[in-house]
Amino acid sequence: MARVAVVVFPGSNGDADTLAAAREAGSEAYYVWHRETDLQRADVVILPGGFSYGDYLRSGAIARFSPIMTAVAGHARAGGPVLGICNGFQILCEAGLLPGGLVRNARLRFLARPTWVRVEATDTPFTCLYEKGDVLEIPIAHGDGRYVADERTVAQLEASGQVVWRYVRDNPNGSTHEIAGVCNAARNVVGIMPHPERRNAPVLGGQDGARVFHAMEARHATQHAVDVRAVGDRHLRV
Amino acid sequence: MSRYRVEVRVMPRATLLDPQGQAVQRALHALGFGDVGDVRVGKHLVLDVQADSRDEALAHARAMCDRLLANPVTEDYDLAVEAA
Repeated sequence: MARVAVVVFPGSNGDADTLAAAREAGSEAYYVWHRETDLQRADVVILPGGFSYGDYLRSGAIARFSPIMTAVAGHARAGGPVLGICNGFQILCEAGLLPGGLVRNARLRFLARPTWVRVEATDTPFTCLYEKGDVLEIPIAHGDGRYVADERTVAQLEASGQVVWRYVRDNPNGSTHEIAGVCNAARNVVGIMPHPERRNAPVLGGQDGARVFHAMEARHATQHAVDVRAVGDRHLRV
Repeated sequence: MSRYRVEVRVMPRATLLDPQGQAVQRALHALGFGDVGDVRVGKHLVLDVQADSRDEALAHARAMCDRLLANPVTEDYDLAVEAA
C-alpha cells in the first residue's frame, strides 16, 4: 500500500475526490494540512485542485510558500513522485518544481467541461499504466489553464518527452503546443490541468483517469516486490 | 529608518497573448474609441516599505518582485520608489 499525502490548502476543493480516488486504487491516502511541515512518510504527494488563497496575485503564487512546500520540494528532490492537479499544477510551476507557468484561458471563460487528452509519455509514476497514444476523456475546471513557457523551454520539453498529456480534438485554453500536462526532467514531478480524480468510476461518467491512481499503487507494489497482479480487485499490467 | 512608497507595475510578458487586454480593446472600440490600438492589462501594487535609504527600499522591493510579486515566466515588472 502506497502512502499518499493529499495536501490541503485553504481553497482546495479537489482534495476529497483525490483522496477517494487514491483509496479506491488501494492506496493509504491521508490529508496533510498546508501548515504542517512533515509529509508523514509519504510515498507519493498530490497537490489537489481548487483555488488556494482565492487565486490572489496569481494562481498558486501564495500557496507555494506554505510551510508544507519545503517538505514537498525535499520529497521531489529525493526523487519521490509528486502529482499536481489543476491548482496543484499551478502551485508546482510557481514553486519552480515544474517548468513554465499557467495563465488566463485564451478565450477568457472559466471552463468546466470534458476534454480529450492524449497520453504522450508513459515513463512517469502516474502514466505508467497507460499506452502511449491513449486518448482519455477527462474534465477540466479552470480559468487559468493556458500553459506557457519560453520557446527554448518548450523545445526542451518536446525534445526530452516531458509533455505528458496533450489536448486533442480542441485546445480549450490556448495552451502552447496543446499541452495539458508536463513533467520535470527527472520525470518524478508531474502536473496536469484536467481532473483525473473526477473520472475514476463509471458512475462519474467514465474511468479514464483511474489508472493515474492505480499507477501509484502498482509502482509502489513493484518496488516492494509484492504480487501486483491484483490491487483493489483489479488486475494491473506493470 | 524612513518610509518609502514603492509602486510596482506588473505586466504580462509582451510575447504572451493578453486576452483581458484584447477584451478591453474590443469594448473600447464598441464604445466608439476607435483610436485605441493595443491594450494590455497588468497589475499595480503600492507598498509602504521601511528602509535606511531609497536604494535599500528599491533593493528590497526588487527581491519581493523576484520571489513573489511577479512570475518571471509570464510577467515583467518595473518599480518606482519615493519617500513617503
